[in-house]
Amino acid sequence: MAYTAPAPVDTVAGGKSPARAFPVKRQASRVRRQRLRAAWLFLIPMLLVLAAVAGWPLMRTIWFSFTDASFSNISEYGLVGFENYLVYDNGAWYGVLADPTWWSAVWNTLFFTVVSVGIETVLGLIIALTLNAQFTGRGWVRAATLIPWAVPTIVSAKMWGWMLHDQFGIINEMLLGLGLIAEPLNWTANADLSMWAVIMVDVWKTTPFMALLTLAALQMLPSDCYEAAKVDGIHPVRVFFKVTLPLILPALMVAIIFRVLDALRVFDVIYVLTSNSEDTMSMSVYARQQLVEFQDVGYGSAASTVLFLIIALLTISYLYLGRKQIGGEA
Amino acid sequence: MNRKLLRKIVAKTGFAVLLVGILLFTVFPFYYAIVTSFKSGSDLFDVTWWVSSIDFSNYLSVIGDGSFVGSIWNSVLVSFATVIIAMVFGLTAAYALGRVQFRGRSAVLMIVLGVSMFPQVAVLSGLFEVIRALDLYNSPLALIFSYTIFTLPFTVWILTTFMRQLPKELEEAAIVDGASPMTTLFKVFIPLMWPAMATTGLLAFIAAWNEFLFALTFTLTDDQRTVPVAIALLTGGSQYELPWGNLMAASVIVTVPLVLLVLIFQRRIVSGLTAGAVKG
Repeated sequence: MAYTAPAPVDTVAGGKSPARAFPVKRQASRVRRQRLRAAWLFLIPMLLVLAAVAGWPLMRTIWFSFTDASFSNISEYGLVGFENYLVYDNGAWYGVLADPTWWSAVWNTLFFTVVSVGIETVLGLIIALTLNAQFTGRGWVRAATLIPWAVPTIVSAKMWGWMLHDQFGIINEMLLGLGLIAEPLNWTANADLSMWAVIMVDVWKTTPFMALLTLAALQMLPSDCYEAAKVDGIHPVRVFFKVTLPLILPALMVAIIFRVLDALRVFDVIYVLTSNSEDTMSMSVYARQQLVEFQDVGYGSAASTVLFLIIALLTISYLYLGRKQIGGEA
Repeated sequence: MNRKLLRKIVAKTGFAVLLVGILLFTVFPFYYAIVTSFKSGSDLFDVTWWVSSIDFSNYLSVIGDGSFVGSIWNSVLVSFATVIIAMVFGLTAAYALGRVQFRGRSAVLMIVLGVSMFPQVAVLSGLFEVIRALDLYNSPLALIFSYTIFTLPFTVWILTTFMRQLPKELEEAAIVDGASPMTTLFKVFIPLMWPAMATTGLLAFIAAWNEFLFALTFTLTDDQRTVPVAIALLTGGSQYELPWGNLMAASVIVTVPLVLLVLIFQRRIVSGLTAGAVKG
């Protein structure tokens, strides 16, 4: 509840005599109307900007997905219906939905999302629990965990690309030194390893985000149930699973959903670390390759639209579930 | 008694190992980039764990390359302009969303939240057409325009959260004095919003500084590139051998300002991130 009708005006007037209360009331509603008008005046520029940079381009992308537009000449195109999505021609299926590369991109994206967000959640939780303890230099450790978050994704991909270098990389050197591998691994080019290399970089880069959000949730927990558990001599691991985890679960879920939506549109890390390799290609990388490199705006837009629909579906179900929460705060 | 002491020592050591592990995990890759950036020639290909000799030649060659300095300038320009635009539109919208009760308010909030979930690639071809039509292609203006799609929604979102927390007595006093909503926003709220604006501005700045997909697609020539694209496209003499020394030096140059910002403003950033997500 942010705004209440300007009650103080009424109190100032006293409201005892009806003759005086009337103009005051009118003034109050005038103020209210003025505020409403101002609210919309303040909102409209923002909404117009969002329409220009998001709403309109999205509609055009969906429109392009039904055309044969090309990147070099985007203004001349013909309508092709659903051909970019799926078409049966001469005994074979064509279109995004019939392209095995697209489906492997969908699979890669899902695999990437589930594995990296899963690892990030667990690691984030461990880091958050550690930072939640009292120790000297805690502020410094917390600051240090923020570093990967601030490093641009491109830079972190390049840094890891160097560390994972097949001949001169420090990671191969380390693993060789420990005797874990017999010969250097080609992390970014080997089909079995490259997705794990991508996941490694993403985990490094985004675990701080998870850790910070989890830490914020931990710090809001009431301390009395911990004291009770301590008095009762309950094992800390049991306390964690029975008390801490259920209490921070709502906040943790929000962080996970944010990360999932983010991971589904992954582009930078994969593009820089493994380029357009099919072994790691995500939906965004696939769509951009069609759009820009193959210049096929129609086909690329169809892929983008499918990606948008997947994310929109997830977002709507999330908003639907979280609606009560947002509405309640209003 | 002895066993208790032993357990305490084991627990303390375990905790210390965990802390060292966390620190190594978060700091090491950046540290290793710094170590590499000071090596040149064949030293680059010997794995070493610390800086043995300092050689600035990578830095000199990166800075001596006019187009990289140009990219830094483009990035600075784009990031600052993006922050200013997001602030102007974000603050006014946040005032309306945070302080005035009106119909359609939660619908607007839903739209804002929905836009922040947009996959960038979904608007790529549509934005490309708009940018072509406005004749902004291959210019930093195209990036300033397009970055609004991700900076504006979270600016509105976080500023609204902060705006709601301010006491309503302040505003009532202004209303009694007959101040217009514009005056209320500028004289009452903005002076109180500086911390929140700093937080949001920092997050928007970092997001704009790090953006890659739009920058890669909407610019064409080296002199219009921003830093992430310049680094991603940095190539050496041959297609297969990347100039790792230069790459690491360039990476350190563009990351050090961000790391400093984060270390100085860590409290603000944490509060911004949690306001944006947990309360969302």
